Amino acid sequence: MTSVTAGHGGLKPLNGIKIEVAGQTGCGTSGGDGKSGCGSAAGAADLPAEIWEKVKNHPCYSEEAHHHYARMHVAVAPACNIQCNYCNRKYDCSNESRPGVVSQKLSPEQAAKKVLAVASAIPQMTVLGIAGPGDALANPKKTFDTFRMLQEQAPDIKLCLSTNGLALPDFVDEIVKYNIDHVTITINMVDPDVGAKIYPWIFYNHKRIHGREAAEILTERQMLGLEMLTARGVLTKINSVLIPGVNDRHLIDVNKAVKARGAFLHNIMPLISEAEHGTVFGLTGQRGPTAQELKEVQDACIGGANLMRHCRQCRADAVGLLGEDRSSEFTIEQVESMNVVYDLDKRRLYQQKVEAQREAQATAKTAALAAQGEDDGMKCLVAVATKGQGKVNEHFGHAREFQIYEVSAGGATFIGHRRVDHYCQGGWGEDEVLPSIVTAINDCHAVLVAKIGACPRDELKQAGIEPVDRYAHEFIEQAALGWFLDYRARIATGEIAHRPRGDAAIRQGAYLAA
Amino acid sequence: MAYKIVSSSCTGCSACEPECPNQAIVEKNGTFLIKPEKCTECIGHFDDPQCVAACPVDKTVIIDNAYPRYAAA
Repeated sequence: MTSVTAGHGGLKPLNGIKIEVAGQTGCGTSGGDGKSGCGSAAGAADLPAEIWEKVKNHPCYSEEAHHHYARMHVAVAPACNIQCNYCNRKYDCSNESRPGVVSQKLSPEQAAKKVLAVASAIPQMTVLGIAGPGDALANPKKTFDTFRMLQEQAPDIKLCLSTNGLALPDFVDEIVKYNIDHVTITINMVDPDVGAKIYPWIFYNHKRIHGREAAEILTERQMLGLEMLTARGVLTKINSVLIPGVNDRHLIDVNKAVKARGAFLHNIMPLISEAEHGTVFGLTGQRGPTAQELKEVQDACIGGANLMRHCRQCRADAVGLLGEDRSSEFTIEQVESMNVVYDLDKRRLYQQKVEAQREAQATAKTAALAAQGEDDGMKCLVAVATKGQGKVNEHFGHAREFQIYEVSAGGATFIGHRRVDHYCQGGWGEDEVLPSIVTAINDCHAVLVAKIGACPRDELKQAGIEPVDRYAHEFIEQAALGWFLDYRARIATGEIAHRPRGDAAIRQGAYLAA
Repeated sequence: MAYKIVSSSCTGCSACEPECPNQAIVEKNGTFLIKPEKCTECIGHFDDPQCVAACPVDKTVIIDNAYPRYAAA
């Protein structure tokens, strides 16, 4: 995986430039299956220069960028034009993190002010998205007013939006006008019979339309909107919610359909459904997928549209790096009282430092790969505690999530993340939290941390997960590959035996501890 | 009669507001209300009352029996 070449399959002409889509030949990564190719995991060498320029600082479009750059969502779009069975518009809890949830609605003016305040306080914040809490394009005036103000006041910030696609064909011109070069469309089906199980109704052309007919219109509008964006050179990410028994295998067809229409990325995410959310799926007991079920569908889609695996299913008002949420530092009241000076030079200077870090990370990965032996196909998952910068730099007890990497002699690839509750509360380990952390990373052979207490260390060992702190503050891929080399050496000497791990649970619902 | 919005179940999402052909819907303290004197129940405009069709929460936009049925001129 050290030398990445542009050996892509399908080429799709796109507004004069060529966008390369992962084809059956893989996407520049050498070695076994299971490695995501270009798209979110791609680096500078995998993509045409124009595309790399668009995605390199976008945490949602580049897995590598998501360790370094932050995004924020502003909740200016409360209205929605469809009803989904996994959404309940009445629910808001500040400790809850999922799309469609928001604590404060903002006017476009308030939103612009908030963006300037956050951009000044967090210079690595490079992307502003409008993702609801309803649908960005069901609130076109508020959405585009916000974009217009930001284009004038903060020209270096990338603008993006997220939509269910129903109104999309009507606004493609407007999207292009505001230089929005990233659009996310939520597409859960391409078969109206599947759609009828997900969407009870849509509001379209002044009518509420139900069932199969509604899904038929929705899928038609989604495909048309996607084609129109592709034709105009706008990068698209397709979000799909994996609903076991409803659309799990069907998502492979969705993947093919969106790839054929030029989608840049496909993000398959697990259904979040808890009875307490009051959603239809929550109340009918529709369960979400396990980690293995999610990975199986994601892996089955490799070779189709590029997959995104680092999605954190953020709230519509999230602020910060993916996986962290600093929105509580920027409420309307706090922002109103801030004296914001938007300093473009200061932001650029900071971002230059970030770029130097990224280069160092890539160099470390190359060196660690050179030390590996022959790739015989053996793979392990490792969990990593990190708070950004691409390093193993978080204390086990402070981690709110673990990033999961698949390691082989051919490379270390990010494949997902697992949310957990804090183990450490005020210096004391919470005994009842530990089993839930073990469940969340039960498919991993090791957990890489900056530091870990004696108690959780013993418990993890008992569960068969090796706690590792000797790579503290090293870059993640380097640390994971270093551990893997050592692990194999210990197997070779007979010190330990390699055993397969089980499945893991995907975290549902609100954080139990703030 | 006119339609009215049950403010305790209104999420304040604003989906109804731009759909009203009579500009009868206004925001107050974070939720929305219908000015009964302006409401025509969409008669003469659309087949379905737009606020009812657009509202994401069931039984939130309901008939207000305190007002006489609107008759199109």
